[in-house]
Amino acid sequence: MSGSFRTSSGGRIDRAAPLAFRFDGTTYRGYAGDTLASALLANGVHLLGRSFKYHRPRGLLSAGSDEPNALVEVKRDAARVTPNLRATQVELYEGLDAASQNRWPSLARDAGAMNDLFAPFLPAGFYYKTFMWPAGAWKRFYEPKIRAMAGLGKAPTLPDPDRYTQNYAHCDVLVIGAGPAGIASALAAAATGARVILVDEQAELGGSLLAAPDATIDTQPAIEWLADALAELAAAGVVLMPRTTAFGYFPHNMIALAERVTDHLAAPGPDMPRERLWQVRAGEVVLATGALERPLVFPENDRPGILLADSARIYLTRYGVKPGERAVIFTAGDSGYRTALDLAAGGVAIAAVADLRAAPEGEWPARALAAGIDVRPSTVITGTSGRLRVNGVHLAKVKNGKAGLNEPVACDTVLMSGGWTPSVHLFSQSRGKLTWDETLGAYLPGQSVERERSAGACRGRYGLAAALADGYHAGEQAAAEAMKHPASAALKGAKAPTRSTSRAFGVVATETGTDGFIGATPHGRNPAFAKAFVDWQNDVTAKDIALATREGFRSIEHVKRYTTTGMATDQGKTSNMNALGIVSEQLGQPVPKIGLTTFRPPFTPTTFGIFAGTARGDLFDPVRVTPIHGWAEARGAVFEPVSLWKRALYFPNRGEDMHAAVARECKAVRTGVGIFDASTLGKIEVVGPDAAEFMNRIYTNAWTKLAPGRLRYGVMLREDGFVMDDGVVGRLSSDRFHVTTTTGGAARVLAHMEDYLQTEWPDLDVWLTSTTEQWAVIAVQGPNARAVLEPLVEGIDLSKGAMPNMSVAEGRIAGVPTRLFRLSFAGELGFEVNVPAAHGRAVWEAIFKAGEPFGITPYGTETMHVLRAEKGYIIVGQETDGTAGPDDVNLGWAVGKNKKDFVGKRSLNRAAFFMPDRKQLVGLLTRNPKVVLEEGAQLVADPGAAVPVPMLGHVTSAYMSATLGRSIALAMVKGGRSRIGRTLHVPMPKGAIAVEVVDPVFYDAEGARLDV
Amino acid sequence: MLIITCPWCGERPEIEFVYGGEAHIARPTDPSALSDQEWADFLYNRTNPKGTHAERWRHTHGCGRFFNAVRDTVSDFFVATYKPGEPRPDLSQDDAK
Amino acid sequence: MSDLLFPLSTLAATAPDIPAARLSALPPATRLVFRGREAAIGPAGIAFGAELPRQACRFKRSGDRLAAWLGPDEWLLLAEDADPAALIAEIEPAVFGLPHALADVSSRSLGIALEGPRAAYVLNQGCPLDLSETAFPVGMVTRTVFAKAEIVLLREAPERFRLDVWRSFAPYVWGLLEEARRELA
Repeated sequence: MSGSFRTSSGGRIDRAAPLAFRFDGTTYRGYAGDTLASALLANGVHLLGRSFKYHRPRGLLSAGSDEPNALVEVKRDAARVTPNLRATQVELYEGLDAASQNRWPSLARDAGAMNDLFAPFLPAGFYYKTFMWPAGAWKRFYEPKIRAMAGLGKAPTLPDPDRYTQNYAHCDVLVIGAGPAGIASALAAAATGARVILVDEQAELGGSLLAAPDATIDTQPAIEWLADALAELAAAGVVLMPRTTAFGYFPHNMIALAERVTDHLAAPGPDMPRERLWQVRAGEVVLATGALERPLVFPENDRPGILLADSARIYLTRYGVKPGERAVIFTAGDSGYRTALDLAAGGVAIAAVADLRAAPEGEWPARALAAGIDVRPSTVITGTSGRLRVNGVHLAKVKNGKAGLNEPVACDTVLMSGGWTPSVHLFSQSRGKLTWDETLGAYLPGQSVERERSAGACRGRYGLAAALADGYHAGEQAAAEAMKHPASAALKGAKAPTRSTSRAFGVVATETGTDGFIGATPHGRNPAFAKAFVDWQNDVTAKDIALATREGFRSIEHVKRYTTTGMATDQGKTSNMNALGIVSEQLGQPVPKIGLTTFRPPFTPTTFGIFAGTARGDLFDPVRVTPIHGWAEARGAVFEPVSLWKRALYFPNRGEDMHAAVARECKAVRTGVGIFDASTLGKIEVVGPDAAEFMNRIYTNAWTKLAPGRLRYGVMLREDGFVMDDGVVGRLSSDRFHVTTTTGGAARVLAHMEDYLQTEWPDLDVWLTSTTEQWAVIAVQGPNARAVLEPLVEGIDLSKGAMPNMSVAEGRIAGVPTRLFRLSFAGELGFEVNVPAAHGRAVWEAIFKAGEPFGITPYGTETMHVLRAEKGYIIVGQETDGTAGPDDVNLGWAVGKNKKDFVGKRSLNRAAFFMPDRKQLVGLLTRNPKVVLEEGAQLVADPGAAVPVPMLGHVTSAYMSATLGRSIALAMVKGGRSRIGRTLHVPMPKGAIAVEVVDPVFYDAEGARLDV
Repeated sequence: MLIITCPWCGERPEIEFVYGGEAHIARPTDPSALSDQEWADFLYNRTNPKGTHAERWRHTHGCGRFFNAVRDTVSDFFVATYKPGEPRPDLSQDDAK
Repeated sequence: MSDLLFPLSTLAATAPDIPAARLSALPPATRLVFRGREAAIGPAGIAFGAELPRQACRFKRSGDRLAAWLGPDEWLLLAEDADPAALIAEIEPAVFGLPHALADVSSRSLGIALEGPRAAYVLNQGCPLDLSETAFPVGMVTRTVFAKAEIVLLREAPERFRLDVWRSFAPYVWGLLEEARRELA
């Protein structure tokens, strides 16, 4: 490698802090304050990657977040591998290990580069044209091959070990962009006492002020003024956020920020988040996002060493790095001259300035001429040479729009400036309307939708003085608007800024005008062989875009999709305007007629980690556990998720599988006593003088005559007549009901009740309170249940006479207040012990201890399901699917026929509910008692019928019943009740299974076991 | 994430709320008197306008109250929020001012 | 064995001490939900021992009694040291015949205190509200969300918040608060 391109002095780097880093395995040296890009340039490394499609050698194009080429992988360890980072944004730290991408076996000798030779066969839309034949080959052959060849970077394979956090924040004024306009905005807004946040994607706040050696503000050098301004902002309480990208503008002034917290550190602390996602709700927003320099589209404009002119100037002035020794500058405006002069002052030879303009005028061309620079008006670059680094250009005069004779000029860097494109991405994301400015040749922010305003270069106010003035005005305006808004708490009572707080900035700087060019420059070469790149990242050339228009694509949205221009991760920051210009020229229509593609978030690529935040592993979702969970865990229970709850599925003894455990648990409940944690049941306390009336209206059942101390099974319908939920309800007093719901339905049922109560019947004096988590529920089920509980209760008579099935009593158990329900979902003598959740575990343990002499057996949800299926009890959401009416699931008896109205009643009279082929709940018995059907399996009358075989219904529940010594199933079958006694078939991959349709109550149909 | 002004709690983020469909559709006082078609209209048919839409929201993770809102379905901005039982605000007069 | 703070007890016992945002599980308390028509509100407050605030999203405290506005006809009544049944027995006679509802929810939730100069910052990692002192002053209370959980949030002092979290959601909220304050260790 040749010698250093670092200047001897100047720049923002810390020359006292040298750093070693690696790129593609080679160790280089840089300084603190460098980016990977500037440090590599300082070492003379221009070749940084291979292009996406043609694998052409590529170097840096820019110095900022618009960089399309220099995508690198940074690796800290095996798991901490980040692909596709822009080298221009990677801050150097000691030991940084970076690698180029999209090349094999090496960057300099890349096998994929043969694609470049095949370029004539890889035109725009080649996917659609080339790979359509033979049929099926796309999926089997072409796509895997193309995916292996293309793509930028490799995704890491190990779980991301870094931490990411997410923060909400609020402010009165959010200023996005800390260049001169943003700094001035923040100064103005802060002066009013507003809460201000100032963010910038770069490591250092200041934007163009960081590379303005010739400018002074209020007689200070710009860089010193900046330091004072930042100190003033900090003192005023402004939140300053460097390394923070505003990547998304969402409705109602919600701005998403990605803050990179530790990526720039050599040894990040383990407790620090790598990145923070900020969701900022801003009263007002000032967009001060600046402008991006446009490349010029000329043949072979993509060789390493060809950079944007102002980026080259930034490398020199901010990082003390020369882009080369001998530069050719190709410009459409004054910016190229500013670069030429700064570079010349920095010791770079300027071979020539080729100016597209016929008669460059003004201070900058004059100064260049005075400095002895070879200025050539009406001149274009028609081609470049050099394999891994540019080594020369051809210059040609343009006459009548045509390039003339070529003159070769040797150089090692080419710096181009097509003028400036205001960065309107965030404004466009906010749904603001862009307007075309013919004078500037740019889209500018027009009508706002959100409470925002643009300031400075992003709205075409170029130049330091204009940016400062415009920014300050925008800041004042934003703070004043924020104050009007009721949510801006900080400004309540603050005084409106008076005119006297207004600040003017005395700027001495030479402005660079507004000239520029959009489209492809003339070159006079055979267009089939001239690759003039428009979109560097997606390898789209001027020829591709011209081809798209010739093939009939007129809308820029279609051209974009056909050619993929602007669709890469840089979202066309450097390419969109030139693509528009080429389409405009091809179609002979003005640019604003071509339309504009949508700017989508994110502004720059954003990690997945930042979106996941801390929602991973155990904290992905709440994992709800009952008060008894710890006991079940210690007992070795196997758990299943039920909505957000974790419920014990079964309690295996040593060596038992689920089948054996469930059979044992079932037997215990049927012959002895079992204990089950039913705490997850939804519970609602319905209280008030009108409680019974409310219950009458919400449930199908009649409640008026239910005596206090009694329970009733309630069915709730939606207004469309379908079963919504069910559960047992206890009446504790004339004005108090203890309602239970399904585990998964708890929140939905309460919302349903609140809806009717608040919006339809606000006159009812009744109130609802969720008590789901107030009560732990311990079900004690089986013939010995009473004997187990009797010694533990105080003030409750458990005898059959005092407490028959479906009754409730209040008293104490194990010293704790209880609502003791007598009911059974298993069809046995059973109780559900409700105790305050804080005491749930203690009461459970007391009952378990009292039950040990009876062999009390803990059981889980699987056994609960088997037992209820034996009894033909439905589970809402398992037997029902939102299309079952109460009669369909044999709950017609629960519908109060004499009630004038209840939610869903009117719908039950609809004709559809009386159709003979409604699906109805039935039982199924397989001919072979050992076969357990699959839930969800279809039922047919004749498995041999011609396809499509008419489907009659499906299996909703299926278990092996230890009690019955055979399998059982529940099903919803068309006209099911009329099919009882008939045989149906369940077609399965290994053949149809014959089943007999039976009544769904398999066990103790007369209910004798409950009546003890 | 939208900002929604709860008539009781003031401006709050959207995630505290649940949408409740079109507003001002009162449940018939005597559903049994309705024809199937009238009942189906009540159950299913909604105006779905492009522009201002009166709709119900519930501040579920706040005060728990249902309220009504007029939202512009084109811009997604709220024009007004008001308590249940209050009439839909006459916004044409506001425009005339 | 009576673990009244389950499932928070173990987490609370092993929490690191981070002065910038101290996290602690609060002792069990009596919690009642009071709902009612206008006439019942005043008498209920007198009987409870702390006025039921009429201003939205505010709580009033008197001694160990705290009455928090949760909705226009809904208050959370907190008493640090009282038996729920006894407290209900004190209030019910005062509102007899006046339309109201009183429900014991003492066990429904667990209390978490978050205290320190960075408490608001930590909370804002899951709570979307503006927690500046002007927008969320001392004496404010509201139901809101913390990530995927619902919480009741009270500001008891400029740098002290109290969270009331449904019992089964408490480990989730606690875990996220630990993650949030980890960077302040």
